[in-house]
Amino acid sequence: MRFRGTVTVALKEGIFDPQGEAVRSSLVSMGYNRVSRVRMGKDIVLTLEAKDSAEAHALLDDMARKLLANPVTEFYRVKVEEA
Amino acid sequence: MAECVTPKDPAPLWRQMGLKDEEYSMIVEKLGREPNYTELGMFAVLWSEHCAYKHSKSLLRTLPTKGERVMVGPGENAGVVDIGDGLACAFKVESHNHPCAVEPYQGAATGIGGIVRDILAMGARPVALLDSLRFGHLDDARTRFLFGGVVSGIAGYGNCLGIPTVGGEVYFQAPYRQNPLVNVLCAGIMDHKDLHKGQAYGVGNVVMIVGHSTGRDGIHGCTFASEELGEDTESKRPNVQVGDPFMEKLLIEACLEMMQKGAVVGIQDMGAAGITSSCAETAARAGTGLAIEVSKVPMREEGMTAYDVMLSESQERMLLIVKPEKVEEVKAIGKKWGLNAAEIGQVTSSGQLQVFHNGKLEASIPVNLLAEGSPVYNPEWKEPAYFSENQRFDYSAVKVPELKQFGEILLKLLAAPNIASKEPVFRQYDYMVRTDTVQGPGGGAALIRVKGTTKAMAIATDCNGRLVYLNPKAGAKWAVAEAARNVAITGAKPVAITNCLNFGNPEKPEIYWQFKNAIEGMAEACLALSTPVTGGNVSFYNETEGEAVYPTPVIGMLGVLDDVSKKVTPGFKATGDVIALLGTISGDAVSLAGSEYLETVHGAVAGCPRDPDLALEKSLVDVLVKAASEGLLRSAQDLSEGGLAVALAESCILAEKGADGAVIELGGTGCKAVADHRPDAVLFGECNSAVVVSLVEEDVSRLKEICGELGVPFGVLGKVSGSSSLRIESCMGTAVLDVQVSELRDVWKNGLLRAMAGDTARGTTE
Amino acid sequence: MKFGVVVFPGSNCDADAFHAIRDAVSQECEYIWHQDTDLSGFDAIILPGGFSYGDYLRTGALARFSPVMKSVQKFAEDGGLVIGICNGFQILLEAGLLPGAMLPNDVLEFRCQWVNLKVENNRTPFTCKYAPGEIVRVPIAHHEGNYYAEPHILDELERSGRIVFRYVDEAGVPSREANPNGAARNIAGIINERGNVLGMMPHPERCCDSLLGGEDGKRVFLSMIEWFASKRACGGAELSSGAVPGGSSTATSVAKDRS
Repeated sequence: MRFRGTVTVALKEGIFDPQGEAVRSSLVSMGYNRVSRVRMGKDIVLTLEAKDSAEAHALLDDMARKLLANPVTEFYRVKVEEA
Repeated sequence: MAECVTPKDPAPLWRQMGLKDEEYSMIVEKLGREPNYTELGMFAVLWSEHCAYKHSKSLLRTLPTKGERVMVGPGENAGVVDIGDGLACAFKVESHNHPCAVEPYQGAATGIGGIVRDILAMGARPVALLDSLRFGHLDDARTRFLFGGVVSGIAGYGNCLGIPTVGGEVYFQAPYRQNPLVNVLCAGIMDHKDLHKGQAYGVGNVVMIVGHSTGRDGIHGCTFASEELGEDTESKRPNVQVGDPFMEKLLIEACLEMMQKGAVVGIQDMGAAGITSSCAETAARAGTGLAIEVSKVPMREEGMTAYDVMLSESQERMLLIVKPEKVEEVKAIGKKWGLNAAEIGQVTSSGQLQVFHNGKLEASIPVNLLAEGSPVYNPEWKEPAYFSENQRFDYSAVKVPELKQFGEILLKLLAAPNIASKEPVFRQYDYMVRTDTVQGPGGGAALIRVKGTTKAMAIATDCNGRLVYLNPKAGAKWAVAEAARNVAITGAKPVAITNCLNFGNPEKPEIYWQFKNAIEGMAEACLALSTPVTGGNVSFYNETEGEAVYPTPVIGMLGVLDDVSKKVTPGFKATGDVIALLGTISGDAVSLAGSEYLETVHGAVAGCPRDPDLALEKSLVDVLVKAASEGLLRSAQDLSEGGLAVALAESCILAEKGADGAVIELGGTGCKAVADHRPDAVLFGECNSAVVVSLVEEDVSRLKEICGELGVPFGVLGKVSGSSSLRIESCMGTAVLDVQVSELRDVWKNGLLRAMAGDTARGTTE
Repeated sequence: MKFGVVVFPGSNCDADAFHAIRDAVSQECEYIWHQDTDLSGFDAIILPGGFSYGDYLRTGALARFSPVMKSVQKFAEDGGLVIGICNGFQILLEAGLLPGAMLPNDVLEFRCQWVNLKVENNRTPFTCKYAPGEIVRVPIAHHEGNYYAEPHILDELERSGRIVFRYVDEAGVPSREANPNGAARNIAGIINERGNVLGMMPHPERCCDSLLGGEDGKRVFLSMIEWFASKRACGGAELSSGAVPGGSSTATSVAKDRS
């Protein structure tokens, strides 16, 4: 079966995210005073073959651990849906 | 299908694609039939102003292009100049203004990509980039967005390539607000024997495409570049291509390897108008034809038509003409670098560009008609009303400030974004990679060492658009003269130029008048300075809602410094050194015309700049080169924006430790007494053929002698004092200004950042 | 002594490193294509600066999986000298040959400038030609040089003398202002526990010639040459923990942070 996996990668909580901070400060200066915190990350969207969603999930988890995220600074989240 | 062709548009197809009715009739007549859709699209892009130079060709022919060092002049991908030792420099400057106005990051990035491939196409390794940028004033949010985007685009793309960005200019002036100028100069080095050309020789040779796959991006990009920007500019965003600097880096390495293995007969960048222009131009130059099978082009989107493939402006692709027996070798090198290297056609004797799609003939056009057959226009010109008004400008209306204000004025000028240090920009560029950058950004010209020789290349870009606007002929001459001076103050001899001519809509008589006069001025100056034009680029239609930019003919000057150890830099070197002026400062009111002082302090862009004395400029260059070769000059800085006072201040700011501060006596032999003139014109006037140098006392007589021989006025201005202040005195010994160097440095160093943060008011009248 | 400079797709300081080794310190030097795996005959390996694989995904993340990297790992395990400069440092971090990771510069911009570095440890094969605590001028050019590691790892690096270079001001103070990228504790370069793998963000190969503004970087390579010669003179003695003063067994967990 064909699946669409989304691996979301972002800096771990507790690691300063200057990019997010720059976006926050711009938003506030534009008048969005209610924004108190911005954290940035990226979505990596993959199309892949797997026998079921559990296998797709396991594969993506493996890829994220080995390559897509850096465990020293980043956390990741995997989402799988049928393509 | 092209994005700019909207079905609702009732205009005929050719007009929607940007062709005029008479141009369409000409196509039908020359072709002997109506072109089909694909053919029409191919004509539309190749006959666009951007590709065909319809409004500039006839005047460009009047520029001097011959010189003993010129190996390749205009008409090829880039000019090539002999720099001695069996080496040559390929260099060219090109604009990417329109793309940057809508998407500054990608616009700037792909602008670099294009010019780098032009240099690569000559067989040279690209070794230096310079950016000549123009924006509106920084108090405008849109301008800050464009400025930030362009600078990060240059950094993002250029840094990745491993080609140092070593210099350029940045100006902030109102007419560029909606229509920024982004001109990029690239220089490359090669052995004479490695010179390649964009020519499709040899019937039976194979046409190959190397690099990125082809998508639908950028279709009709050059038609877009040949229109004024309007309210719908935002909606044209899909036309802007996305750059992939990693792919470009691989393409550079792969193509150089292919050329060095002798596998390449002809090579051309696929820039504007993609496969169509590269095929038509290479075949036209060689007098051959090409047959292309578009299904063999590696594609990144499904369902692409012949039209899409032929007009795509996907980046990072090169067209190669390869001998059949070398095809496998080219493919192997492509594979090594992870690149597509596909055979897409053959050189034929038909004189036609034939386009097949799965064997079906989709287009067949004579290459000459496509590449060289477009009409040449000689538009009407008319002197604009402002020009005669300028000549009547009443300088007495500009109040001469009181002497005690001069220190403040100097600080204000040094803080002005046009004069302040551009370090916040260039520290984002890798200007040191390749370990040849002897002088990087911030000096008059960049100095690039040539490994394996004692030489360096000096490269500068210059153009003060304000002067060109006020007096196009004189302004263009000043641009050439200043570029030559900037090269010569390093000790290098100016040898040739490339140019990027940024103007408004040439169909307007006043704009064409600016263009015509600028070309005449440039031709005269290039002849006088023996710096022929080796090529360049014209960018018209730099207008938004009817407002044109300042006419901005950017000059890229190449110089050669035979012994790099003799280089001269702008900062003072040691206390006690004599500061002298080479050349003249007129000190009359006219020298305030178009000055930064007049605009920043008095809020006026006015006056009619006079012509430079080109004979004096030439002699001045010769004096600098000779004096440097004899090791006489400890520092040299030319007079431009901000005049004498700013030149002196910069030499103080950039001084070696322990050499900061100078005492200048204007009443001395240096220049005529302040009493005879307007002191503001003496200190801040521009349009002077002059350079401030410093040297050890013992060398003064020898420098005087050289100046005497070559007919350049020489005058002592003062001394490097070590007093940590710049003190300028009038003839009576009273201080005109006396400012701490630390204060000068602070405003100069932080001026740009403060302007971006909105800390400074602009154009206020004293 | 024979140096090898690894060329990844997108490396762009490979030629500069090659030039520094061959012309500034007059040693034998060869390029090593990233798909080659035979490092026999080389005495030191340089992972040069640049944008390997376009810096896509994360700096160094894709280069780490190039075939040559397994051999580099083996080479390091066998005690060979490995120096990663800029992108090379980033690759060493991704490969787990050095602890920690790189974040984008806190200024959110690429920075190309000269910086002052303090040689915090001159008892390494890469710094033995510097005086202890010497302050040197070396250029940086990077977008991601903001070194990060968890506090206990940073403490361990400090304790074991493995912070080799720090960004400092002219007086030698590791001030906030002297830190160009936000790196933890102003770290510019670190060494592995064994002392034979150095990663540094600044570019020593760019300052081996006074014409280019300074020669302070040359001694990184001269140190390697001297160390290598003395090792040979002593009959090929292996690097001991003495190479990195304070190096102790507790540092093991650091070195194996990411493998």
